Amino acid sequence: MTYLLEVCQLQRPGCEPLDISLATGEALAVMGPSGAGKSRLLRAIAELDPNEAEAVSLAGADRSSFAAPAWRRQVTYVAATPGWWAPTVADHFKTEHLTDANALATRVSLPSNAFEWTVSRLSTGEAQRLALIRALVQKPKVLLLDEPTASLDDEATAKVEALLRQRMTDGASLVIVTHNKNQVARLAKHCLRMDRTGKVTVEKV
Amino acid sequence: MNIVPLSWWDVTVAALLLMINAGLSIRLQLHLEKSLVIAALRMVVQLSLVGLLLKTLFALVSPWLTAAVALLMILFAGYEAMARQERRLAGWWGYGLGSAAILLASTAVTVFALTSQVQPQPWYNPQYAIPLLGMILGNCMTGVALGLNLLFTRAEPDRASIEAMLALGYSRHEALKPLVRQAIKAGLIPIINAMAATGLISLPGMMTGQILAGVEPSQAVKYQMLIMFLIAGGTAIGLLVAVHGGALRLSDERHRLRLDRLMGGDSPLSDKTADESS
Repeated sequence: MTYLLEVCQLQRPGCEPLDISLATGEALAVMGPSGAGKSRLLRAIAELDPNEAEAVSLAGADRSSFAAPAWRRQVTYVAATPGWWAPTVADHFKTEHLTDANALATRVSLPSNAFEWTVSRLSTGEAQRLALIRALVQKPKVLLLDEPTASLDDEATAKVEALLRQRMTDGASLVIVTHNKNQVARLAKHCLRMDRTGKVTVEKV
Repeated sequence: MNIVPLSWWDVTVAALLLMINAGLSIRLQLHLEKSLVIAALRMVVQLSLVGLLLKTLFALVSPWLTAAVALLMILFAGYEAMARQERRLAGWWGYGLGSAAILLASTAVTVFALTSQVQPQPWYNPQYAIPLLGMILGNCMTGVALGLNLLFTRAEPDRASIEAMLALGYSRHEALKPLVRQAIKAGLIPIINAMAATGLISLPGMMTGQILAGVEPSQAVKYQMLIMFLIAGGTAIGLLVAVHGGALRLSDERHRLRLDRLMGGDSPLSDKTADESS
């Protein structure tokens, strides 16, 4: 079978190269202690760091055949601590995406006026959900999520997971970094465990 | 023209005022007397040498010699612009980018002024070319240094917002635009302030000099306006080139933020590598 996302020979300093393949609609969980290189793995797939030697492909098409921005609209990294570049939340969305964004916001229990808020007054949990929505409205094929529910309560976490599961049914795949074992069980079929020495094991969930 | 010639004795009497500074420094224990004296001596030596150099230069009116002196001034300005950046590009870029921008902007504006407005005979006459270049150069250098300094020192603190845009598929131009805009603004503010204050709060040195040398004030004012416009134009051109060049070097063709190309400060990338190989 052809996979949606394939990563070959991902180089990591001091460790053996890593291969990853991800089928359509599937989620791969990534677990491990801080400093094991989980975020670095996601950033490498999104090609955000220099000198990457790995071969990455989306539905058989090599990453180098994409312009970098086009690749990142399809394979989108959502950082653990989201960055903001304008005063209000709405400034971070294209006008044509605002209707979709509003609909998604209600589904993760954000009020409908959340887009008028200034970024500086967002709580960590609000910022995290809005950053996820910011990525979702562009309808990427692969989402690289760095602890997307780390600062959410159980109820909000469940709502975010429901949203992610729906995207998976629609054909998106996820690579999700998490410290929550239950979340792994709820979302993923496979779990990639990293330890500080760089050793990686893949388990079936 | 009614120039009052100065004798060396006049200058020495004025230098006595320096003693007030020195006395103040000793009395208040500011420990500035040494640097004060050294700075004053440097000024005397440097200006005397420049006086000699200019005298020879003006007498010769050689295009090549004028060009060589101009180039030397520009290279010094480039060095000064580099030294004023807390963080700067690693390698030759650190010196080359600012210098190239200053070279381009100050040469273009000086040649423009000489050939179309001042029009001395010949157009490269060093008596006009060198002072004009000097004034444009000094301001252009300040602007470029301020702009590049902001661009390079803010790049790392703004990393999250820049990379958030990149990760969403914005181009490097879009992602660096907020920072580029801030940098250009920072570089332009001194000249905007100078123009706004001129005539009310400050009488510019060049105008004062011309008036002291017997030039009619209305003529000196016209010269000053010309200079202000040349300075503003030169600073803007130099800044645009330097900041856009800096932004290009701070990113690459795969639209990644390249903080590893900066030196000075702590590189987050080298920290990270060390952290992960441990």
